[in-house]
Amino acid sequence: MNELRTLTFDAIVVGGGGAGMRAALQLAQSGLDTACVTKVFPTRSHTVSAQGGITCAIASADPNDDWRWHMYDTVKGSDYIGDQDAIEYMCSVGPQAVFELDHMGLPFSRTETGRIYQRPFGGQSKGPDNPTQAARTCAAADRTGHALLHTLYQANLKAGTTFLNEWYAVDLVKNEDGAVVGCIAICIETGETVYIKAKATVLATGGAGRIFASTTNALINTGDGMGMSLRAGVPAQDMEMWQFHPTGIAGAGTLVTEGCRGEGGYLINKDGERFMERYAPNAKDLAGRDVVARSMILEILDGRGCGPDGDHVYLKLDHLGEEVLHSRLPGICELSKTFAHADPVKEPIPVVPTCHYQMGGVATNIGGQALAPDKDGGHTVIEGLFACGEVACVSVHGANRLGGNSLLDLVVFGRAAGIQIEKQMREGYEVKDASAADLERAMARLNRLNGSTEGADVAAVRKELQATMQLYFGVFRDGESMQKGLALLADIRKKADNLYLDDKSNAFNTARIEALELQNLMEVAEATAIAAEVRTESRGAHARNDFTERDDENWLCHSVYYPQDKTVGKRAVNFAPKTVPAFPPKVRTY
Amino acid sequence: MLVSVYRYNPETDDAPYMQDIHIDIPGGKDIMVLDVLHLLKEKDTSLGYRRSCREGVCGSDGMNMNGKNGLACITALSQVVVDDKLVIRPLPGLPVIRDLVVDMSQFYKQYEKIKPFLINDTPAPTMERLQSPEERAELDGLYECILCACCTTACPSFWWNPDKFVGPSGLLQAYRFLADSRDTATRERLAELDDPFSVFRCHGIMNCVNVCPKGLNPTKAIGKIRNMLIQQAT
Repeated sequence: MNELRTLTFDAIVVGGGGAGMRAALQLAQSGLDTACVTKVFPTRSHTVSAQGGITCAIASADPNDDWRWHMYDTVKGSDYIGDQDAIEYMCSVGPQAVFELDHMGLPFSRTETGRIYQRPFGGQSKGPDNPTQAARTCAAADRTGHALLHTLYQANLKAGTTFLNEWYAVDLVKNEDGAVVGCIAICIETGETVYIKAKATVLATGGAGRIFASTTNALINTGDGMGMSLRAGVPAQDMEMWQFHPTGIAGAGTLVTEGCRGEGGYLINKDGERFMERYAPNAKDLAGRDVVARSMILEILDGRGCGPDGDHVYLKLDHLGEEVLHSRLPGICELSKTFAHADPVKEPIPVVPTCHYQMGGVATNIGGQALAPDKDGGHTVIEGLFACGEVACVSVHGANRLGGNSLLDLVVFGRAAGIQIEKQMREGYEVKDASAADLERAMARLNRLNGSTEGADVAAVRKELQATMQLYFGVFRDGESMQKGLALLADIRKKADNLYLDDKSNAFNTARIEALELQNLMEVAEATAIAAEVRTESRGAHARNDFTERDDENWLCHSVYYPQDKTVGKRAVNFAPKTVPAFPPKVRTY
Repeated sequence: MLVSVYRYNPETDDAPYMQDIHIDIPGGKDIMVLDVLHLLKEKDTSLGYRRSCREGVCGSDGMNMNGKNGLACITALSQVVVDDKLVIRPLPGLPVIRDLVVDMSQFYKQYEKIKPFLINDTPAPTMERLQSPEERAELDGLYECILCACCTTACPSFWWNPDKFVGPSGLLQAYRFLADSRDTATRERLAELDDPFSVFRCHGIMNCVNVCPKGLNPTKAIGKIRNMLIQQAT
């Protein structure tokens, strides 16, 4: 192993999306020697695709708005398995984090008084006793993610952050005490493999929507951080919880923001009926995403779908008028014309529920420290490992994320992770170096792939994996079909462990990266499938035909997937916010 | 359909070459150029190209298709294929790393040169800095840039002076901050652009406008910077 070059930093952030760059910014400003390791140039990260906005009680649209109302909505949206201390932190610190983005230059849309424009989004109310639709999502037209990501990159340039752009993190390095001390990474341009040594490693690698055949997620969303942590033996929390966004463009999978419905658009079936009125009489098209997605599937299954195959429904926007569409939803008009050949000014957009967001992930505390929940209900902190953003499960989204809460999660907890690391470093956090054997262990997977002389074809195995997840672990699930899916996954797993890399060249070898990514997808898919089969109830995004009711007696808890023995345990949900009384579980209706 | 794709692997090829491949488009559909690349890569995993969002917002897959720069993911075959033939080359004017992957360092360097971040040294308020809808509207057509480099690599002035001419993308971003009512560094920004090359190498050829996949107009923004520079000088 002595040929392995070592780069040394105080802290590294793996991932250059919203969460990663917010963490990197915090660390760079604190003066720590920090690098952001990202497999794509930062502004190519998936945060760029977020459209509708960032939900936060900044009291612009409603001067009386209250972060506690936002907290209530988020707890209810999570179907009561979001941790209330974390939700309290996110909703109360949120305004400060959003104003910081404005100060960095984020080009928010504006109100007549010059404040940040806020639009209505799903699941928003004015508190437990007032179901009036709120308008709490701060927007930059329908390009909020793009604006946010570019702003954060710009702020990092200003702060002088070190970027290792187009470097791919392969696996975590753990020392003899089990502390994480950096990672193995490949410089994609040259193919050089190095050990990036750091006292703190932040996973900010985003989600893994590419485990499904139909997803709004970018091609790069392959769960690299989840794969790395699971291989390092870190348990994963709530992995059965996947959000299917109601409005992906049928066929293409590209996202159409919930902001369309926030601005007054609505869904219709083949009879032209606004069917959400039947499923959610009060909130209608702005009910929780899980509720809307299931309603759409039921309409399609009942034969009221649109198009020649009756396999989608329509999102109607033309009644909003050309001016509103072009000023508030310009990106959607563009996307719809490109991918659905439909101009929303004149005709509806064909849409279908599409995999969108991973609510589960690495369990963390509010400071982003990775936790290893044990089987007795306790947990230990994994020294040196942090996570924030979609890869983390802090958990503010529980069983179902509210629209606009992902961008808030990114900036609030990216920032919090940076603050926590700075504090630990100031306190003199030290760890033992990795030994040659430790490095050898972290290199094992890459070494096997580089030495492969035969094995399975990456593209074929990836397709098989995605088709299996789509078919057996989609919007509606049941025990029998999940059993079938699990058997198929066990077979796919053998192939994924034995991939053949035919191109072993060094310069910008994307075949090698795709093989490594596929193995990460495999880890995530397996955790998802096993956890989904074990949770015998319906809650939030997890809907079972054989267990149709929420079961608070047995399942008002997080699931914990243990990669060592592939079993699933339970972990208590936090019901102890610091400044307000907890919101107790109620029947969830919209 | 015949696809002719630019190939170069620095480890095995002495020189770049064009590889001709006949492919059948599944169902004869009007798919995107990026989908064609995926089909090619399934057959030959060594083909290198960048891609990420596959919906025209991340700017990864800028390339030259039948002579015109654009994003592969939002360019349908019907828009570019001529006589059943598609020629795919890397963006022109930048060094090639491998196949369709170019070295974008020079492009990013020009972006960084214009200080692409808000500068305002007055103490920040406890809330957002107010900005009227009219002031905010000044940023429309500017902030949407995705840094794909389609414009800059279509610009002959950039080909000649990639180290000295900021190029259309960088100048569009320069104007984005000059136009922001929250930015207070107008004078310093203009001073740094006030030389014979940074801005004034633009000869109004307008290739940038012609190729921008987001429909932005860098030439117009450059015109506004010129006016500001001239006004400042008088």
